[in-house]
Amino acid sequence: MTSADRGAGLAIETTGLSKRFGHQLAVNSIDLAVPRGSVFGFLGPNGSGKTTTIRLMLGLAAATAGSVRVLGQDMPGKLDEVLPQVGALVEGPAFYPFLSGAANLHRFDAADRHASPGTRRARVAEALERVGLSHAARKKVRAYSMGMKQRLGIANALLSRRELLILDEPTNGLDPQGTREVRSLVRSLAADGATVFVSSHLLAEVEQICTHAAIMSAGRLVAQGPLAELRQAGTAQVRLITPDAGAASGVLVRFGMTPVVGHPDGADAVITSALDAAPEAIVAALVADGVRVRGFAVERGSLEDRFVALTGEGFDVAQ
Amino acid sequence: MSHSDQVSAPGAGTRTNPGREGSSPRQRPSSRSLLASELKQLFRRRRTQALLLALAAIPVMIAVVVRLSTAVPPGRGPAFLDRITQNGLFVGVTALIVAVPLFLPLTIGVVAGDTIAGEAGHGTLRYLLVAPAGRVRLLLVKYVGAVAFCVSAPLAVALAGAGIGAALFPVGPVTLLSGDVVEPGEALNRMLLIAAYQTVSLLGLSAIGLFLSTLTDVPVGAMAATIVLSVASQVMDQLPQLEWLHPWLFSHYWFGFADLLRQPIGWDSFTSNAMLQAGYIAVFGALAYGRFVSKDVLS
Repeated sequence: MTSADRGAGLAIETTGLSKRFGHQLAVNSIDLAVPRGSVFGFLGPNGSGKTTTIRLMLGLAAATAGSVRVLGQDMPGKLDEVLPQVGALVEGPAFYPFLSGAANLHRFDAADRHASPGTRRARVAEALERVGLSHAARKKVRAYSMGMKQRLGIANALLSRRELLILDEPTNGLDPQGTREVRSLVRSLAADGATVFVSSHLLAEVEQICTHAAIMSAGRLVAQGPLAELRQAGTAQVRLITPDAGAASGVLVRFGMTPVVGHPDGADAVITSALDAAPEAIVAALVADGVRVRGFAVERGSLEDRFVALTGEGFDVAQ
Repeated sequence: MSHSDQVSAPGAGTRTNPGREGSSPRQRPSSRSLLASELKQLFRRRRTQALLLALAAIPVMIAVVVRLSTAVPPGRGPAFLDRITQNGLFVGVTALIVAVPLFLPLTIGVVAGDTIAGEAGHGTLRYLLVAPAGRVRLLLVKYVGAVAFCVSAPLAVALAGAGIGAALFPVGPVTLLSGDVVEPGEALNRMLLIAAYQTVSLLGLSAIGLFLSTLTDVPVGAMAATIVLSVASQVMDQLPQLEWLHPWLFSHYWFGFADLLRQPIGWDSFTSNAMLQAGYIAVFGALAYGRFVSKDVLS
């Protein structure tokens, strides 16, 4: 497969993409590959370079090094051909507070010289309806709640039929119900055949709607791929509950594992270890040695474990 | 809740979006939409309307004060002030002269300084560019919007002056600076000509404001800088030590419209002014282009 063939299957492809602000390397040589038709989760802690990467993709900022291809075309070189097919929500919604929601959408649609003025009214109305804002169309954006502005921002991305949607933190400021609505909207867009690129620091959100994901940390891309593979990449753990701690540990050591014995409740020992053998073989050996197995579980790492392992714990994130 | 019904309704995703039907690549792209949107937004905005109203208040204020006072001693106050009681047509001319040094540059500074920085300040600049508006096209549209305001600002003064003058004072034939007497209709034309002269005078300042507006995300900064420059230029024009510089100052011909009040009309200062302003448009337009086309939009 040549690189051109690979590129044809990608909605977004970056090669060695870097952006430097003064001394800080905000985006550090990332090679992102977003397959067409995927719902792609772009994860990373705040300040890890997600929004800067999105700005580079959309031609809002110029890369210090590397290249970006969006929908098979070079950015920002082919910006005028690419962007009409891309709907975007970048770093939160932004509107003219003195205009109504509908007037704001009219304004942005007028800025797209490829959008037909004849269908503008209908398209604005449909976009507003799609995000549930029809009732507030004539209201000044100044009077909108944060969640309503967020919805309007998404409506702006949906003004025309798009091949690619780039949604930066689309559920920011939304209540749980609004978050669910955005999830179902993303699914319906993907069902229509659009590629949806969603940046988020909310793992649960990404786990629920995405087919693929990438993880950013301190400007670097530390992992990417289909969601299932990302989850698998974390090692599975065995969790064994038994009163016979010594014998059980002996069995696990025979399998080449390094058990850790704990006594959380006093009575039974809880032994944990990285899984290095077939679970059924371990259980058989334990029973054969007369170990009283009161609990046995294999725990796969969640995306959250993987995320934390790659980007650091809590506030101790990589800077 | 109607929200959720609408968003997650079955078939919401499969509903055909009329979006691109009328926008096949063969269709001629429409550049007028953005310009129309810009002009509508500019003139429907309360702030713009307030600026124009404030300008229109100048002749009204002058006319009312003159009407209420017993007599105006000749040769004192702004030019032509003493002529107003005999002929209302002088209200507009007097107000236009009063507005030149500060009021007009002030309002132009607000509008031109806001062009790009105002969009950046609202965060809407990134959405216009992603639409995509095109950076050059957006810059041109913004400048044309500022020019439209340069046309309307002196016009607001002139028309309000003509209206209030006709309402409060007699209107009759006007004696020009050359001694010729013209009918009120021709006098009105001359006043509109002065307004046009001032529109041309402000084009250079607008280009400067546009450039300054590409430098910052804080519109007030660009506005203040533009207004300060307009004052600085006039101050420098007063200093004899800088005489070599005077013909190059964008405010140099701001008061040079007396020739329009002669018979026949002298176009020399109008032409010099237009060429000077064209030079400023070229230089600051190029600077704005150079800055804006390569700018990282991070607002």
